[in-house]
Amino acid sequence: MKAAIVMFPGTNRERDMALALQRATGRKPAILWHRDTELPQGTDLVVLPGGFSYGDYLRCGAMAAQSPIMRAIHDFAGRGGHVLGVCNGFQMLVEAGLLPGALLRNASLRFLSMDCHMRVERTDTAYTGRFQRGQVFRATMAHGDGNYFADEATLDRLEGEGLVALRYATADGQVTETANRNGSARNIAGILSPNLRVLGLMPHPENQVDPLIDGTDGLPLFEGLAEALAPA
Amino acid sequence: MKARVTVMPKAGVLDPQGKAIGHALAGLGFAGVGEVRAGKVIELELAETDPAKAKAEAEAMARKLLANTVIESFSVTLD
Repeated sequence: MKAAIVMFPGTNRERDMALALQRATGRKPAILWHRDTELPQGTDLVVLPGGFSYGDYLRCGAMAAQSPIMRAIHDFAGRGGHVLGVCNGFQMLVEAGLLPGALLRNASLRFLSMDCHMRVERTDTAYTGRFQRGQVFRATMAHGDGNYFADEATLDRLEGEGLVALRYATADGQVTETANRNGSARNIAGILSPNLRVLGLMPHPENQVDPLIDGTDGLPLFEGLAEALAPA
Repeated sequence: MKARVTVMPKAGVLDPQGKAIGHALAGLGFAGVGEVRAGKVIELELAETDPAKAKAEAEAMARKLLANTVIESFSVTLD
C-alpha cells in the first residue's frame, strides 16, 4: 500500500501517523505539502492527519479545505481512492464536502484530551476489516471541536445506509451519553462516504500502535488498510 | 465598497459559546437576558462599486468560505 500524508501549516500529527502506517505496511508514506497539486503516482491512501491547520482560523479545517492539494484529493476520492481524515483531518473532510455534516465546539466548551472508547459498527470496509463487529477499542481524543452535527435527515440517511463507522461507547460497548464526551449527535465518532472509501474520525488511532507506548488498540485499523489495499 | 458579512449559528444548532456568555451575563447580575447566540462579523473591502454586484460577490464568498451553511446562516450588508 502506498500512502501519502498531507501536511498543512499547523499540522502536528503527521509523524505519529507515518509511524503507524510504516508499522503496518513496512514502508514509509510520502509526505506532501498543502501547496502540492498532485499525488504521487500509484497512491492508494491519502491521510489528512491531526493538528491545528491554519491556526483553526475561521473554522477548524476551513482554510485547509480550500488549499491546492484538496483539488487532487477530490479527484482521487472521485476515482474511488481511499482517504482517511483524523481529528483536524476529519474537520477538513467535512469542510471540503467529502463527508456530510460539521464538527461543532465540544458541548462542554472544553478541549478534551483523554482516552475514549469507540465501538466498531461495520467491518466490511478497508478501515475496519481487522476488527469484529461491535468490538470496542481505545483511542485518544484531543480536540476542542469534535461535536459531530448534521441535520436529522442526514443523520437518518447515514444510519440507514450504514455509514456510521464508529460510535463513542463505554469500554464494554454501551453507547451512552456519558461515553459521548464531546456531545456528538448519536454518539458518532467516525463516518464513511457512501462508497466506504473515505473515513473521518475524531479520535487518534495512530496513538496506540506500539506495545511499548500505550498499547496497540489502534493498530488493526492500519493493518486492515495495509491488507485491503495491498497490491493484488 | 465595504461589505459586512454576519455569520450566525443556525437556529437549532447548539451554540455552547452563546450559552456560556448568557451564563456569564447572569452571573454579573444582568437580569432578563433570554437566549444568547454568538456569531462573527467579517468586513470586506471590495473593489466593486456597483452595490448589487458587490452584494452578490460577498454572498458568493460567504457560501464558498466565510460561512459553513451546514451549521451557519449569513447575511450581507453594504456600507
